[in-house]
Amino acid sequence: MKKELRFSGSGGQGVITAAIIYAEAAVDEGKEAVQSQSYGPEARGGASKAEVILSDYKIYHPHITSPDVVLAMTQKAADKYYADLKENGLLIIDEDLVPNAPNFKNIVKIPITKIAAEQVGAALYSNIVALGAVTRLTDFLSFDAVKKAVENRVPKHTIDANVKALQLGWDAAKVW
Amino acid sequence: MKARLMQGNEACAEGAIAAGVRFFAGYPITPSTEIAETMARMLPLCGGKFLQMEDEIASMGAILGASLAGVKSMDATSGPGFSLKQELIGYGAVAEIPCVLVNVQRVGPSTGQPTAPSQGDVMQVRWGTHGDHPIIALSPWSVRETYDATVMAVNYSERFRTPVILLMDEIVGHLRERVELPDSVEIYPRRQPKKTRAEGYQPYEPDEDLVPNIADFGKGYHIHVTGLIHDETGFPVGSPEVTEKSIRRLHEKIARVGEEIIHTYEYCMEDAEYAVVAFGGTARTAYETVRRMREQGKKVGMLRLMTIWPFADAAIKRVAKKVKGIVVAELNYGQIVHEVRRAAEGRCEVALCGKYNMKAFEPEEIEEAVKAMMEGGANK
Repeated sequence: MKKELRFSGSGGQGVITAAIIYAEAAVDEGKEAVQSQSYGPEARGGASKAEVILSDYKIYHPHITSPDVVLAMTQKAADKYYADLKENGLLIIDEDLVPNAPNFKNIVKIPITKIAAEQVGAALYSNIVALGAVTRLTDFLSFDAVKKAVENRVPKHTIDANVKALQLGWDAAKVW
Repeated sequence: MKARLMQGNEACAEGAIAAGVRFFAGYPITPSTEIAETMARMLPLCGGKFLQMEDEIASMGAILGASLAGVKSMDATSGPGFSLKQELIGYGAVAEIPCVLVNVQRVGPSTGQPTAPSQGDVMQVRWGTHGDHPIIALSPWSVRETYDATVMAVNYSERFRTPVILLMDEIVGHLRERVELPDSVEIYPRRQPKKTRAEGYQPYEPDEDLVPNIADFGKGYHIHVTGLIHDETGFPVGSPEVTEKSIRRLHEKIARVGEEIIHTYEYCMEDAEYAVVAFGGTARTAYETVRRMREQGKKVGMLRLMTIWPFADAAIKRVAKKVKGIVVAELNYGQIVHEVRRAAEGRCEVALCGKYNMKAFEPEEIEEAVKAMMEGGANK
Protein backbone atom coordinates (compact mmCIF):
# COMPACT_ATOMS: atom_id res chain seq x y z
CA MET A 1 0.00 0.00 0.00
CA LYS A 2 1.26 3.44 -0.93
CA LYS A 3 -0.98 6.50 -0.78
CA GLU A 4 -0.19 10.09 -1.63
CA LEU A 5 -2.18 13.03 -0.23
CA ARG A 6 -1.91 16.73 -0.91
CA PHE A 7 -3.37 19.35 1.44
CA SER A 8 -3.47 22.78 -0.21
CA GLY A 9 -4.76 26.24 0.53
CA SER A 10 -3.55 29.59 1.66
CA GLY A 11 -1.02 30.42 4.37
CA GLY A 12 -2.79 30.61 7.74
CA GLN A 13 -5.52 28.07 6.95
CA GLY A 14 -3.59 25.35 8.73
CA VAL A 15 -3.21 22.89 5.87
CA ILE A 16 0.36 22.06 6.95
CA THR A 17 -0.82 21.38 10.50
CA ALA A 18 -3.57 19.12 9.17
CA ALA A 19 -1.01 17.19 7.12
CA ILE A 20 1.31 16.81 10.12
CA ILE A 21 -1.54 15.48 12.28
CA TYR A 22 -2.53 13.03 9.55
CA ALA A 23 1.07 11.78 9.25
CA GLU A 24 1.37 11.47 13.03
CA ALA A 25 -1.75 9.31 13.06
CA ALA A 26 -0.22 7.14 10.33
CA VAL A 27 2.94 6.57 12.37
CA ASP A 28 0.78 5.74 15.37
CA GLU A 29 -0.91 3.07 13.25
CA GLY A 30 2.49 1.56 12.45
CA LYS A 31 2.79 2.88 8.91
CA GLU A 32 5.72 4.55 7.26
CA ALA A 33 4.93 8.19 6.62
CA VAL A 34 6.69 11.25 5.28
CA GLN A 35 5.31 14.77 5.31
CA SER A 36 6.72 17.71 3.41
CA GLN A 37 5.53 21.17 2.51
CA SER A 38 6.11 24.12 0.31
CA TYR A 39 5.08 27.65 1.04
CA GLY A 40 5.99 31.20 0.13
CA PRO A 41 7.92 33.60 2.35
CA GLU A 42 4.67 35.24 3.57
CA ALA A 43 3.32 34.34 7.02
CA ARG A 44 -0.29 34.73 5.83
CA GLY A 45 -1.96 34.60 2.47
CA GLY A 46 0.66 33.03 0.23
CA ALA A 47 0.11 29.67 -1.42
CA SER A 48 0.58 26.79 1.00
CA LYS A 49 0.83 23.11 0.22
CA ALA A 50 1.62 20.08 2.34
CA GLU A 51 2.08 16.50 1.22
CA VAL A 52 1.81 13.21 3.03
CA ILE A 53 2.91 9.83 1.69
CA LEU A 54 1.81 6.69 3.53
CA SER A 55 3.33 3.31 2.83
CA ASP A 56 3.92 -0.12 4.29
CA TYR A 57 7.55 0.20 3.19
CA LYS A 58 10.31 2.75 3.70
CA ILE A 59 9.78 5.88 1.61
CA TYR A 60 12.78 7.39 -0.18
CA HIS A 61 11.78 10.03 -2.75
CA PRO A 62 9.80 12.24 -0.37
CA HIS A 63 7.55 14.09 -2.80
CA ILE A 64 4.27 13.15 -4.45
CA THR A 65 4.37 12.09 -8.06
CA SER A 66 0.64 11.59 -8.58
CA PRO A 67 -1.72 12.14 -5.64
CA ASP A 68 -4.55 9.83 -4.59
CA VAL A 69 -6.24 12.66 -2.74
CA VAL A 70 -6.13 16.43 -3.06
CA LEU A 71 -7.72 18.74 -0.52
CA ALA A 72 -8.13 22.30 -1.83
CA MET A 73 -9.15 25.07 0.55
CA THR A 74 -8.94 27.94 -1.96
CA GLN A 75 -9.87 28.47 -5.62
CA LYS A 76 -6.22 29.06 -6.47
CA ALA A 77 -5.16 25.81 -4.80
CA ALA A 78 -7.94 23.87 -6.53
CA ASP A 79 -6.97 25.20 -9.95
CA LYS A 80 -3.29 24.55 -9.40
CA TYR A 81 -3.19 21.20 -7.67
CA TYR A 82 -5.89 18.86 -9.01
CA ALA A 83 -4.42 18.29 -12.48
CA ASP A 84 -1.98 15.50 -11.60
CA LEU A 85 -4.50 13.50 -9.53
CA LYS A 86 -4.63 9.78 -10.26
CA GLU A 87 -7.48 8.82 -12.57
CA ASN A 88 -9.39 7.28 -9.68
CA GLY A 89 -8.18 9.95 -7.30
CA LEU A 90 -10.36 12.17 -5.15
CA LEU A 91 -10.61 15.95 -5.08
CA ILE A 92 -12.05 17.46 -1.89
CA ILE A 93 -12.89 21.16 -1.95
CA ASP A 94 -14.28 23.82 0.36
CA GLU A 95 -17.44 24.54 -1.64
CA ASP A 96 -17.69 28.19 -0.54
CA LEU A 97 -14.04 29.06 -1.11
CA VAL A 98 -13.84 27.18 -4.41
CA PRO A 99 -16.86 28.57 -6.29
CA ASN A 100 -15.63 27.34 -9.68
CA ALA A 101 -15.12 23.65 -9.06
CA PRO A 102 -12.60 22.02 -11.41
CA ASN A 103 -14.00 19.58 -13.92
CA PHE A 104 -12.92 16.36 -12.23
CA LYS A 105 -15.11 13.29 -11.96
CA ASN A 106 -14.45 12.36 -8.32
CA ILE A 107 -15.10 15.61 -6.57
CA VAL A 108 -16.47 16.10 -3.07
CA LYS A 109 -17.77 19.53 -2.08
CA ILE A 110 -18.05 20.31 1.60
CA PRO A 111 -18.71 23.69 3.26
CA ILE A 112 -15.58 23.18 5.36
CA THR A 113 -14.94 26.72 6.56
CA LYS A 114 -18.65 27.41 7.05
CA ILE A 115 -18.96 24.37 9.33
CA ALA A 116 -15.94 25.56 11.32
CA ALA A 117 -17.25 29.10 11.68
CA GLU A 118 -20.91 28.30 12.39
CA GLN A 119 -20.79 24.99 14.26
CA VAL A 120 -17.40 25.03 16.01
CA GLY A 121 -17.20 28.76 16.53
CA ALA A 122 -14.28 29.94 14.40
CA ALA A 123 -13.00 29.58 10.85
CA LEU A 124 -9.70 28.72 12.59
CA TYR A 125 -10.93 25.11 12.95
CA SER A 126 -11.47 24.62 9.22
CA ASN A 127 -8.28 22.58 8.84
CA ILE A 128 -9.49 20.06 11.42
CA VAL A 129 -12.96 19.90 9.85
CA ALA A 130 -11.18 19.16 6.57
CA LEU A 131 -9.05 16.52 8.30
CA GLY A 132 -12.19 14.76 9.55
CA ALA A 133 -13.59 14.71 6.00
CA VAL A 134 -10.29 13.48 4.52
CA THR A 135 -10.07 10.72 7.13
CA ARG A 136 -13.54 9.41 6.32
CA LEU A 137 -13.34 9.76 2.55
CA THR A 138 -9.96 8.08 2.23
CA ASP A 139 -10.38 5.34 4.80
CA PHE A 140 -6.58 4.87 5.04
CA LEU A 141 -6.48 5.58 8.77
CA SER A 142 -8.91 5.05 11.62
CA PHE A 143 -10.91 7.93 13.09
CA ASP A 144 -9.54 7.10 16.53
CA ALA A 145 -5.90 7.34 15.42
CA VAL A 146 -6.51 10.74 13.84
CA LYS A 147 -8.50 11.89 16.86
CA LYS A 148 -5.64 10.90 19.15
CA ALA A 149 -3.16 12.75 16.94
CA VAL A 150 -5.35 15.86 17.04
CA GLU A 151 -5.50 15.70 20.84
CA ASN A 152 -1.71 15.38 21.04
CA ARG A 153 -0.96 18.23 18.66
CA VAL A 154 -3.38 21.09 19.44
CA PRO A 155 -3.15 23.43 22.48
CA LYS A 156 -4.79 21.80 25.54
CA HIS A 157 -7.59 24.35 25.95
CA THR A 158 -8.68 23.79 22.35
CA ILE A 159 -8.87 19.98 22.42
CA ASP A 160 -12.67 19.84 22.81
CA ALA A 161 -13.31 22.31 19.99
CA ASN A 162 -10.85 20.52 17.70
CA VAL A 163 -12.32 17.09 18.39
CA LYS A 164 -15.75 18.55 17.65
CA ALA A 165 -14.39 19.98 14.39
CA LEU A 166 -12.95 16.59 13.45
CA GLN A 167 -16.27 14.87 14.17
CA LEU A 168 -18.22 17.47 12.16
CA GLY A 169 -15.87 17.02 9.21
CA TRP A 170 -16.30 13.25 9.47
CA ASP A 171 -20.09 13.63 9.61
CA ALA A 172 -20.17 16.04 6.69
CA ALA A 173 -18.34 13.49 4.55
CA LYS A 174 -21.01 10.88 5.32
CA VAL A 175 -23.37 11.99 2.58
CA TRP A 176 -20.78 11.09 -0.01
CA MET B 1 12.39 4.37 21.84
CA LYS B 2 8.85 4.54 20.46
CA ALA B 3 8.41 5.46 16.80
CA ARG B 4 7.24 8.99 16.19
CA LEU B 5 6.88 11.52 13.42
CA MET B 6 9.78 13.95 13.58
CA GLN B 7 11.14 16.74 11.45
CA GLY B 8 14.78 16.83 10.28
CA ASN B 9 15.40 20.13 12.04
CA GLU B 10 13.92 18.76 15.26
CA ALA B 11 16.11 15.65 14.98
CA CYS B 12 19.15 17.91 14.63
CA ALA B 13 18.30 19.72 17.87
CA GLU B 14 17.55 16.46 19.70
CA GLY B 15 20.79 14.91 18.46
CA ALA B 16 22.77 17.93 19.63
CA ILE B 17 21.30 17.70 23.10
CA ALA B 18 21.90 13.94 23.26
CA ALA B 19 25.54 14.58 22.28
CA GLY B 20 25.96 17.01 25.16
CA VAL B 21 25.37 20.41 23.55
CA ARG B 22 24.24 22.77 26.31
CA PHE B 23 24.61 26.12 24.60
CA PHE B 24 22.94 27.42 21.48
CA ALA B 25 23.23 30.93 20.12
CA GLY B 26 21.52 31.81 16.90
CA TYR B 27 19.68 34.25 14.70
CA PRO B 28 16.80 32.23 13.28
CA ILE B 29 16.46 31.98 9.53
CA THR B 30 14.33 29.88 7.19
CA PRO B 31 14.71 26.94 6.61
CA SER B 32 16.69 26.33 9.81
CA THR B 33 14.34 28.09 12.26
CA GLU B 34 12.90 24.94 13.84
CA ILE B 35 16.37 24.04 15.12
CA ALA B 36 16.48 27.27 17.14
CA GLU B 37 12.86 26.80 18.24
CA THR B 38 13.51 23.26 19.45
CA MET B 39 16.71 24.28 21.23
CA ALA B 40 14.89 27.20 22.90
CA ARG B 41 12.30 24.75 24.19
CA MET B 42 14.60 21.90 25.22
CA LEU B 43 17.84 23.49 26.48
CA PRO B 44 16.38 25.10 29.61
CA LEU B 45 14.94 21.69 30.56
CA CYS B 46 18.40 20.10 30.70
CA GLY B 47 20.38 22.92 32.32
CA GLY B 48 21.46 24.50 29.03
CA LYS B 49 21.28 28.04 27.75
CA PHE B 50 19.63 29.42 24.61
CA LEU B 51 20.48 32.88 23.33
CA GLN B 52 18.83 34.64 20.42
CA MET B 53 21.56 37.04 19.36
CA GLU B 54 21.36 40.37 17.55
CA ASP B 55 22.74 38.89 14.32
CA GLU B 56 24.48 35.93 12.72
CA ILE B 57 28.03 37.07 13.39
CA ALA B 58 27.36 37.61 17.08
CA SER B 59 25.79 34.13 17.27
CA MET B 60 28.92 32.51 15.92
CA GLY B 61 31.06 34.56 18.32
CA ALA B 62 28.86 33.49 21.23
CA ILE B 63 29.22 29.77 20.54
CA LEU B 64 33.01 30.11 20.23
CA GLY B 65 33.08 31.91 23.58
CA ALA B 66 30.83 29.37 25.27
CA SER B 67 32.91 26.51 23.90
CA LEU B 68 36.13 28.08 25.25
CA ALA B 69 34.38 28.18 28.62
CA GLY B 70 33.87 24.40 28.40
CA VAL B 71 30.30 24.06 27.14
CA LYS B 72 29.54 22.13 23.97
CA SER B 73 27.99 24.65 21.61
CA MET B 74 25.99 24.84 18.40
CA ASP B 75 24.57 27.45 16.04
CA ALA B 76 22.23 26.95 13.08
CA THR B 77 21.66 29.10 10.02
CA SER B 78 21.10 29.09 6.27
CA GLY B 79 23.07 30.54 3.33
CA PRO B 80 22.81 34.27 4.11
CA GLY B 81 23.85 33.69 7.73
CA PHE B 82 26.49 31.18 6.74
CA SER B 83 28.17 33.84 4.58
CA LEU B 84 28.31 36.20 7.53
CA LYS B 85 29.89 33.62 9.83
CA GLN B 86 32.84 32.82 7.58
CA GLU B 87 35.40 34.96 9.40
CA LEU B 88 34.64 33.35 12.74
CA ILE B 89 34.68 29.84 11.26
CA GLY B 90 38.30 30.52 10.32
CA TYR B 91 38.92 31.85 13.82
CA GLY B 92 37.49 28.63 15.27
CA ALA B 93 39.71 26.57 12.97
CA VAL B 94 42.98 28.33 13.85
CA ALA B 95 42.21 28.83 17.55
CA GLU B 96 41.02 25.18 17.64
CA ILE B 97 37.64 25.78 19.25
CA PRO B 98 35.17 22.87 19.06
CA CYS B 99 31.73 23.85 17.79
CA VAL B 100 29.03 22.71 15.39
CA LEU B 101 27.49 25.03 12.82
CA VAL B 102 24.41 23.81 10.99
CA ASN B 103 23.66 25.19 7.53
CA VAL B 104 20.22 24.21 6.25
CA GLN B 105 20.75 25.20 2.64
CA ARG B 106 18.27 27.26 0.64
CA VAL B 107 18.46 28.82 -2.82
CA GLY B 108 21.11 31.54 -3.16
CA PRO B 109 23.02 33.65 -3.90
CA SER B 110 22.24 36.30 -1.30
CA THR B 111 18.77 35.98 0.26
CA GLY B 112 17.80 34.01 -2.87
CA GLN B 113 14.66 31.93 -2.34
CA PRO B 114 14.11 31.59 1.41
CA THR B 115 11.80 28.57 1.46
CA ALA B 116 13.17 26.56 -1.49
CA PRO B 117 15.70 23.71 -1.44
CA SER B 118 19.24 23.90 -2.76
CA GLN B 119 22.64 22.31 -2.29
CA GLY B 120 24.57 25.35 -3.40
CA ASP B 121 26.81 25.88 -0.36
CA VAL B 122 29.04 22.84 -0.84
CA MET B 123 32.06 24.82 -1.92
CA GLN B 124 31.48 27.64 0.53
CA VAL B 125 31.61 25.10 3.34
CA ARG B 126 35.05 24.08 2.09
CA TRP B 127 36.55 27.42 1.09
CA GLY B 128 34.28 30.14 2.46
CA THR B 129 36.70 31.29 5.11
CA HIS B 130 40.09 32.45 3.92
CA GLY B 131 43.41 30.70 4.21
CA ASP B 132 44.41 27.06 4.41
CA HIS B 133 42.25 25.29 6.93
CA PRO B 134 40.71 21.87 7.37
CA ILE B 135 36.96 21.39 7.58
CA ILE B 136 34.64 18.50 8.35
CA ALA B 137 31.16 18.58 6.81
CA LEU B 138 28.41 15.96 7.03
CA SER B 139 25.23 15.87 4.94
CA PRO B 140 22.41 13.58 6.17
CA TRP B 141 19.65 12.19 3.92
CA SER B 142 16.98 11.27 6.44
CA VAL B 143 15.53 12.47 9.71
CA ARG B 144 17.13 9.60 11.63
CA GLU B 145 20.49 10.19 9.97
CA THR B 146 20.21 13.90 10.84
CA TYR B 147 20.07 12.87 14.49
CA ASP B 148 23.06 10.54 14.10
CA ALA B 149 25.09 13.01 12.01
CA THR B 150 24.53 15.77 14.57
CA VAL B 151 25.85 13.51 17.33
CA MET B 152 28.79 12.65 15.08
CA ALA B 153 29.42 16.34 14.30
CA VAL B 154 29.53 17.23 18.00
CA ASN B 155 31.87 14.32 18.71
CA TYR B 156 34.21 15.14 15.82
CA SER B 157 34.34 18.80 16.83
CA GLU B 158 35.41 17.79 20.33
CA ARG B 159 37.84 15.11 19.24
CA PHE B 160 39.63 17.24 16.64
CA ARG B 161 38.92 20.60 18.31
CA THR B 162 37.66 22.15 15.12
CA PRO B 163 34.42 23.63 13.78
CA VAL B 164 32.26 20.96 12.12
CA ILE B 165 29.58 21.88 9.60
CA LEU B 166 26.34 19.94 9.45
CA LEU B 167 25.39 20.61 5.84
CA MET B 168 21.65 20.01 5.68
CA ASP B 169 19.22 21.01 2.97
CA GLU B 170 15.63 22.24 3.06
CA ILE B 171 14.37 18.85 1.86
CA VAL B 172 15.64 16.96 4.90
CA GLY B 173 15.41 19.92 7.31
CA HIS B 174 11.67 20.33 6.76
CA LEU B 175 10.84 16.69 6.08
CA ARG B 176 8.87 14.86 8.71
CA GLU B 177 9.11 11.10 8.81
CA ARG B 178 8.79 8.12 11.07
CA VAL B 179 11.81 7.68 13.30
CA GLU B 180 12.90 5.61 16.24
CA LEU B 181 15.67 7.30 18.18
CA PRO B 182 18.27 5.44 20.26
CA ASP B 183 18.00 5.56 24.05
CA SER B 184 21.57 6.78 24.39
CA VAL B 185 24.52 7.76 22.22
CA GLU B 186 28.29 7.63 22.56
CA ILE B 187 29.73 10.96 23.60
CA TYR B 188 33.27 12.25 23.08
CA PRO B 189 34.05 14.17 26.27
CA ARG B 190 35.72 17.58 26.32
CA ARG B 191 39.51 17.10 26.20
CA GLN B 192 41.30 18.00 29.41
CA PRO B 193 44.90 19.09 30.16
CA LYS B 194 47.22 16.18 30.98
CA LYS B 195 49.78 18.32 32.80
CA THR B 196 49.66 20.91 35.53
CA ARG B 197 51.20 24.34 35.14
CA ALA B 198 54.11 23.18 37.34
CA GLU B 199 54.69 20.30 34.92
CA GLY B 200 55.02 22.79 32.06
CA TYR B 201 51.49 22.77 30.62
CA GLN B 202 51.22 24.55 27.29
CA PRO B 203 47.65 25.00 25.99
CA TYR B 204 48.51 24.48 22.31
CA GLU B 205 50.99 21.63 22.81
CA PRO B 206 49.62 18.84 20.60
CA ASP B 207 48.84 15.45 22.07
CA GLU B 208 49.86 12.23 20.27
CA ASP B 209 46.90 12.63 17.91
CA LEU B 210 48.14 16.15 17.03
CA VAL B 211 45.19 17.78 18.82
CA PRO B 212 45.98 20.12 21.76
CA ASN B 213 44.28 19.67 25.12
CA ILE B 214 43.37 23.31 25.64
CA ALA B 215 42.09 23.98 29.13
CA ASP B 216 38.63 25.49 29.38
CA PHE B 217 38.48 29.06 30.65
CA GLY B 218 37.99 29.20 34.39
CA LYS B 219 39.78 25.93 35.16
CA GLY B 220 42.83 27.67 36.66
CA TYR B 221 45.08 27.82 33.63
CA HIS B 222 46.38 30.89 31.86
CA ILE B 223 44.98 30.77 28.35
CA HIS B 224 45.51 33.14 25.46
CA VAL B 225 43.38 32.70 22.34
CA THR B 226 44.10 34.46 19.08
CA GLY B 227 43.41 34.27 15.37
CA LEU B 228 47.05 35.06 14.71
CA ILE B 229 49.35 32.12 14.11
CA HIS B 230 50.64 31.12 17.53
CA ASP B 231 53.06 28.69 19.10
CA GLU B 232 52.30 26.16 21.83
CA THR B 233 51.89 28.92 24.44
CA GLY B 234 48.97 30.33 22.43
CA PHE B 235 50.74 33.67 21.89
CA PRO B 236 51.42 35.02 18.38
CA VAL B 237 54.75 34.27 16.77
CA GLY B 238 56.00 35.76 13.50
CA SER B 239 58.19 32.86 12.52
CA PRO B 240 58.16 30.94 9.21
CA GLU B 241 58.88 27.65 11.02
CA VAL B 242 56.00 28.01 13.51
CA THR B 243 53.63 29.13 10.75
CA GLU B 244 54.43 26.17 8.55
CA LYS B 245 54.27 23.74 11.47
CA SER B 246 50.93 25.17 12.68
CA ILE B 247 49.20 25.04 9.31
CA ARG B 248 50.52 21.53 8.64
CA ARG B 249 49.33 20.30 12.03
CA LEU B 250 45.83 21.79 11.56
CA HIS B 251 45.49 19.69 8.40
CA GLU B 252 47.30 16.61 9.65
CA LYS B 253 45.24 16.23 12.84
CA ILE B 254 42.24 15.40 10.64
CA ALA B 255 43.99 13.90 7.58
CA ARG B 256 45.83 11.33 9.73
CA VAL B 257 42.60 9.47 10.56
CA GLY B 258 41.92 9.05 6.84
CA GLU B 259 38.85 7.05 5.90
CA GLU B 260 37.62 6.75 9.47
CA ILE B 261 35.51 9.90 9.23
CA ILE B 262 34.58 9.57 5.55
CA HIS B 263 31.17 7.94 5.50
CA THR B 264 29.82 6.78 2.16
CA TYR B 265 27.12 4.25 1.29
CA GLU B 266 26.65 2.13 -1.80
CA TYR B 267 23.34 0.87 -3.20
CA CYS B 268 23.08 -1.74 -5.98
CA MET B 269 26.75 -1.21 -6.85
CA GLU B 270 27.83 -4.88 -7.01
CA ASP B 271 27.32 -5.26 -10.77
CA ALA B 272 26.64 -1.62 -11.65
CA GLU B 273 27.84 -0.27 -14.99
CA TYR B 274 26.69 3.26 -14.24
CA ALA B 275 26.56 5.08 -10.91
CA VAL B 276 24.69 8.05 -9.56
CA VAL B 277 26.60 10.05 -6.95
CA ALA B 278 24.35 12.09 -4.67
CA PHE B 279 24.08 13.40 -1.12
CA GLY B 280 21.51 14.86 1.28
CA GLY B 281 17.85 15.04 0.22
CA THR B 282 18.75 14.53 -3.44
CA ALA B 283 20.07 11.05 -2.65
CA ARG B 284 16.54 9.96 -1.68
CA THR B 285 15.33 10.75 -5.17
CA ALA B 286 18.43 9.19 -6.74
CA TYR B 287 17.65 6.02 -4.77
CA GLU B 288 14.19 5.94 -6.33
CA THR B 289 15.78 6.44 -9.77
CA VAL B 290 18.10 3.48 -9.20
CA ARG B 291 15.21 1.31 -8.00
CA ARG B 292 13.15 2.12 -11.10
CA MET B 293 16.05 1.56 -13.49
CA ARG B 294 16.87 -1.78 -11.84
CA GLU B 295 13.24 -2.81 -12.49
CA GLN B 296 13.94 -2.04 -16.16
CA GLY B 297 16.99 -4.34 -15.98
CA LYS B 298 19.48 -1.48 -16.18
CA LYS B 299 22.69 -1.95 -14.22
CA VAL B 300 22.68 1.27 -12.25
CA GLY B 301 23.80 1.87 -8.68
CA MET B 302 24.31 4.77 -6.31
CA LEU B 303 27.15 6.04 -4.19
CA ARG B 304 25.85 8.32 -1.46
CA LEU B 305 28.21 10.74 0.24
CA MET B 306 27.38 11.43 3.89
CA THR B 307 30.75 12.99 4.65
CA ILE B 308 31.14 15.82 2.14
CA TRP B 309 34.45 17.10 3.51
CA PRO B 310 37.07 15.66 3.64
CA PHE B 311 36.09 14.48 0.18
CA ALA B 312 35.59 10.76 -0.45
CA ASP B 313 38.43 10.39 -2.96
CA ALA B 314 38.92 6.67 -2.31
CA ALA B 315 35.23 5.80 -2.73
CA ILE B 316 34.97 7.78 -5.99
CA LYS B 317 38.14 6.13 -7.28
CA ARG B 318 36.76 2.68 -6.42
CA VAL B 319 33.50 3.39 -8.24
CA ALA B 320 35.22 5.07 -11.21
CA LYS B 321 37.40 1.99 -11.73
CA LYS B 322 34.32 -0.20 -11.96
CA VAL B 323 31.71 1.75 -13.94
CA LYS B 324 31.49 3.23 -17.41
CA GLY B 325 30.09 6.49 -16.17
CA ILE B 326 29.04 8.54 -13.14
CA VAL B 327 26.14 11.00 -13.04
CA VAL B 328 26.41 13.52 -10.21
CA ALA B 329 22.98 14.74 -9.12
CA GLU B 330 23.06 17.93 -7.08
CA LEU B 331 20.71 20.86 -6.55
CA ASN B 332 23.07 23.52 -7.86
CA TYR B 333 24.84 24.72 -11.00
CA GLY B 334 27.63 22.14 -10.52
CA GLN B 335 29.85 21.97 -7.44
CA ILE B 336 30.59 18.49 -6.09
CA VAL B 337 30.79 17.25 -9.70
CA HIS B 338 34.20 18.94 -9.97
CA GLU B 339 35.48 16.99 -6.97
CA VAL B 340 34.07 13.76 -8.39
CA ARG B 341 35.76 14.43 -11.72
CA ARG B 342 39.06 15.19 -9.99
CA ALA B 343 38.89 12.02 -7.91
CA ALA B 344 37.81 9.87 -10.89
CA GLU B 345 41.03 10.90 -12.67
CA GLY B 346 39.59 10.18 -16.11
CA ARG B 347 38.80 6.52 -15.31
CA CYS B 348 35.21 6.98 -16.43
CA GLU B 349 32.89 9.60 -17.84
CA VAL B 350 31.51 12.07 -15.26
CA ALA B 351 28.43 14.18 -16.00
CA LEU B 352 26.45 16.72 -14.01
CA CYS B 353 22.72 16.47 -13.43
CA GLY B 354 22.18 19.89 -11.85
CA LYS B 355 19.02 21.75 -10.93
CA TYR B 356 18.56 25.27 -9.59
CA ASN B 357 14.91 26.28 -10.04
CA MET B 358 13.56 26.01 -6.45
CA LYS B 359 12.29 22.47 -7.07
CA ALA B 360 13.75 19.26 -5.72
CA PHE B 361 14.58 16.53 -8.24
CA GLU B 362 11.99 14.15 -9.65
CA PRO B 363 13.22 10.58 -10.16
CA GLU B 364 12.66 10.86 -13.95
CA GLU B 365 15.06 13.76 -14.24
CA ILE B 366 17.97 11.78 -12.86
CA GLU B 367 16.85 8.77 -14.89
CA GLU B 368 17.01 10.85 -18.08
CA ALA B 369 20.54 12.01 -17.23
CA VAL B 370 21.69 8.40 -16.69
CA LYS B 371 20.01 7.24 -19.90
CA ALA B 372 21.60 10.10 -21.84
CA MET B 373 24.99 8.96 -20.59
CA MET B 374 24.22 5.32 -21.49
CA GLU B 375 23.18 6.27 -24.99
CA GLY B 376 26.11 8.63 -25.44
CA GLY B 377 28.43 5.82 -24.39
CA ALA B 378 26.87 3.38 -26.89
CA ASN B 379 27.49 5.80 -29.75
CA LYS B 380 31.18 6.09 -29.04
